[in-house]
Order: sequence, then structure tokens, then C-alpha cells
Amino acid sequence: MMLACAPLIMAITRETVLHVAKLARLELGNSEIDRMQKDLGSILEYVNSLSELDTSSVAETAQVAVLGAPLRPDTVEPGLVNAVALSEAPRSAGGGFAVPAFVDE
Amino acid sequence: MSEILDLPIPQQADKVKNGEISAVALTERALSRMEAQSGLHAFLHVARDAALAAAAAVDRKRASGAPLGKLSGVPIAIKDALCTADAPTTCASKILTRRNADGTGGSGPESGWRPPYDATVVARLRAADAVLVGKTNMDEFAMGSSGENSAFGPMKNPWDPTRTAGGSSGGSAVAVAAGMAAGSLGSDTGGSIRQPAALCGIVGVKPSYGRVSRYGLVAFASSLDQVGPFARDARSAARLLEVISGVDGHDSTCADVPVGAYEAACDRPVKGLRIGIPEEYFGEGLDPAVAASVKAAISALEKEGCSVHPVALPHTKHGIATYYIVATAEASANLARFDGVRFGLRVEPPRADLQTLYGKTRDAGFGPEVKRRILLGTYVLSSGYYDAYYRQAQKTRTLIKQDFDRAFTQVDAIAAPTSPSTAFKFGEKADDPLAMYLADIYTLPASLAGIAGLSVPCGMSPATATQPALPVGLQLLAPAFEEERLFTLAAAVERLSFPAGPVLPPR
Repeated sequence: MMLACAPLIMAITRETVLHVAKLARLELGNSEIDRMQKDLGSILEYVNSLSELDTSSVAETAQVAVLGAPLRPDTVEPGLVNAVALSEAPRSAGGGFAVPAFVDE
Repeated sequence: MSEILDLPIPQQADKVKNGEISAVALTERALSRMEAQSGLHAFLHVARDAALAAAAAVDRKRASGAPLGKLSGVPIAIKDALCTADAPTTCASKILTRRNADGTGGSGPESGWRPPYDATVVARLRAADAVLVGKTNMDEFAMGSSGENSAFGPMKNPWDPTRTAGGSSGGSAVAVAAGMAAGSLGSDTGGSIRQPAALCGIVGVKPSYGRVSRYGLVAFASSLDQVGPFARDARSAARLLEVISGVDGHDSTCADVPVGAYEAACDRPVKGLRIGIPEEYFGEGLDPAVAASVKAAISALEKEGCSVHPVALPHTKHGIATYYIVATAEASANLARFDGVRFGLRVEPPRADLQTLYGKTRDAGFGPEVKRRILLGTYVLSSGYYDAYYRQAQKTRTLIKQDFDRAFTQVDAIAAPTSPSTAFKFGEKADDPLAMYLADIYTLPASLAGIAGLSVPCGMSPATATQPALPVGLQLLAPAFEEERLFTLAAAVERLSFPAGPVLPPR
């Protein structure tokens, strides 16, 4: 049987974990990096089993079709007022969410 | 007198309607049971004051002569993944808790995020005069099959508190199994309603994708998530599904398909229904006691006039790998919104930049399984791996869906075990993510295909030296939007398997 894609027997390195963690905006502790390296390695080894399926002529399913896929009338409805939107903010200022300065990053 | 809280939901609603019991008295009974069984840790938040106020409003409505809703006065529990405007919502995660600038608050569920609105399903329960008694414990962000991933400690199985209640909607299952609420809502992404229902010995429904609005459900995997009910019997679950189903202008993935007569379907005969048995669901890894119970229930249906046919679902074995790519990819995107900026936890060291704020907040706020899945999802979507993992999984998803499409040309419904085992011990799978994922092997394919699913108790495993008798769940699957068939079959299964009525856990 022709393989639809090359099997990915790639070791998950510490650098891979750090790279993915950076993409995901997760600052992991040292012991956690080791644990994730081990766990991701074994999970990816398991999910690599999908590469044995020939799917060259199979369409993708991103989501099952929603029957009707209804649209509502395009009318103005009341939204959240500013004070309510900010009521759970860890820090707010001047009617907005306050964050550290980032323009110069 | 039999305990009113153990009666089916329609009977409880009727007793409130005709004045046999006040909504306040019924709510007080539920609250006192919740207190007596707080050791099971089913609830993250007990809504005592709000529940009593809602019950008093139902009693006033009745006194005024106004017609009461289909759930008049009935105590219902809500999974903490659903937004409630009058109660904290945490998804059992520290990232949805916060310490206020003035030092108040903390990292417990009572310091949880206060949503500015009700989920559509919550609003519909209120409109039907239900009384919402509390928010139930769960695996953090609905990621888990045992409850052990709750940031606030696991819920316990009422049949044996040394065992898990299943997950992720474990608290909603425990609340109903232990009689603290008449019904509850959960969410099912890969089995999170059906599996805990099976392990706790109650009915749990995963409606078809698009049957129920997700507006106000904290998103995990948007192409899979569905809200559904738990109850002790099929008829009660049917009434809940009728109340929460239907088109919603706030959720364009909620289909414009008429809501079925689910309660009426419970009275229909099963004679003539064709039931498919997939051999892939009876293979290696299935507990013999579960297999025996499930097969006995299928034989009983056959004696009632159903015809039983083998069906092939050959891509079943790829369900776990497919699911853990698709679901984690979607989760990694959905959980990007928890960034410490607009709500929930923020970790902001002095002079920290924005990236540090994100990274430290997410590290402190998410538990290990959530981090694992975010990393996996980010990895399978990342440049260079997308085709091999995500695209391949989406194609395999098509093959799994086609398996069901083919089977449903031959049969009306499929019957199989819900879970490969009965309730397992705490710690048994907690250190091995893959072993935990295997617990969902029979529930994941239906989620990927978007079809309707239900778990109904079909027997008890025999007690042994090491474990008490534990409930076994039969999983019934039907084509999308054919939930009526599931209720017809489930009502028959409970009548045939438990002729004396539902068996309740020890209290």
C-alpha cells in the first residue's frame, strides 16, 4: 500500500517543546518541560499510526455540515456596556483593559 | 413515601404544578442532599440563595394562576463550563479565578469568573421554570475522562468513592446519580457526557452536532462540542433535551431543524427497529462483565422484536489518534483567549512585558493536561507538521464518518458498550495520558461523525472481592437528528434491564 505521507518517527527534543511552548505562550518550569517532552513523544508516536492510511483520494472534514446553517436578521441588538465588559478585568484604566506597555517591544 | 427527588422529572414538575409540594420545599430537599453528600465533591458552587429565590418565584407564579413551564420547580445542576450570570464559572480551572487588586478573592472556585450573560441552554432552563441549584465539578476545560484534572480536586463515584465518576462532566453525573439534582447539563466533546453517565449508572445524551446551542459554553473543540442532559431515566432526559434544543440566533452552528418529540418517543414500541452491532466495539480491552451486560441488553431488545445485524465500522481503531489531533488543534486555538488581559487570572510581575504576562499567566493558570493538549495542538498545526497530522486527521475523520453513513443505510441504530470498563480507581490511569485517552475509544467516533449518542444503564457488573457491583452503560447511536430513536430504545432498555425501576447507589 502506498503511504499517503512519510511516517513521522521524529523524536521530540527539548528544543521542540520550548519552541512549541513559545508559540503557545506558555512559560513552562524545568521539570514540566521534561514531562511534556516525554508525554508528547509517546502521544505523537501513537498518533503517527494515521500515516499508514492511504487518504490520497479522501476529502477533509473540518466540521460536519450544519443543517440549515441559520442566519439571524441583521438588526442592531444591545451589546455589553463598557462598565460590564470591564467588570472582570484584572486591571483597567481609562475605560479599557490595562496591559503593560508593548509598543517598543 | 418514596423520595420525591428520586422520581422522574415529569412527575416532579407535575407535583409542583398541582401543589403537592412547593418549589421551595423541593429545592430545600435538593440543597440538604447536596450538603449531606458534599464529600462526593460534585459541586464547585452551591447556588443556595439564587435557587431558593428562583423556587419562590415559581411558587408565586403558580399562586398567581400563570401557567408553569415544563420543568416547574425541578432542581437542575449545571456543568461549570456553561455561563451563568448569577454564579461563578470556572471550567474547574485556576485561569478563570482571580485575586482582586484589593487582595480579596483567591484561587478557589468561589473566586471564579462572573459571566455577564447566561448560556442559551441555561436561559432556556430558567424560562421552563427549572431551579438551578449549582455548578458542577469537571475536568479542567472538559479535558479528561476521570475528573482528576479538576484544579479543585476530583468528584467521587457514588457507587464507590474510591473510584472516579468518569469525565469530563463527572460532577453533573454524580449530582444526578446521588440524587442531589433531578437532572443536569454537561458537555460532550469526545464522550464527556456518555462515559460518566455509564460509570455512574444514569442516562446521558450527546445530541447531534447542531442540535443544541453552544452559546455560553466555554469552547474546547468547536467542531465537536455539544451540550446535553443527564437524568436517572430516559423520559427525564428527553424532557430536558426538548427544553434546551432548537435554533438560536446566537449560535450559527445550531441547526434550524424541528425539535423532536423525545418524551413521546419513550412510549413507542421498539418492534421492527434494526440494530447494528459493530464487532470493532467488542474486541480486545473490553471488560468481560461489560460485554456480558451489553450483550444481554441487546438480546432483550431482540426478544422485544428488534432485529440485530452485524455492521462494520472499520476505522474505529483510528478514532483516538484522529480525535487527539483534531480536538487539541481546536483547543490550542480556543484557549488562546485565556491571556490574562480581559478576565480571570493575571500574573503580572513588576515591569513585566506583555509576553511575560501571557506566558506566566498561562503557566500558572492551566493544569498539566490542559498544557499538554495546548502544546500538542500547537505542534500539529505548526509549520511543517500541518499536512502530516492535522490534514491527515481531517481525512481520517471523513473515513470514520463514512463508516457510520454506510452502517445507517442498513440499520436504524447502533448498540455497543459506552466505556470499555466500569468505574476505575483514582490514580489508575492518571500518570499515563494515553491509557486515559483509551477510556474514550467507544465514544470518540460518534463525536467525530457528529451523530446522536446516548448512554443508558443496562446492568450491573457482578461484585467481586476487589470491587462492589458497578453500573454498566449501553451506548446507542443514531444518525444525526434522529434522537427520537435513541429515546425509544433507551426507554425499552431500562424497562427490560431494570424492571423494578432504576437502581440507586448506596446513600
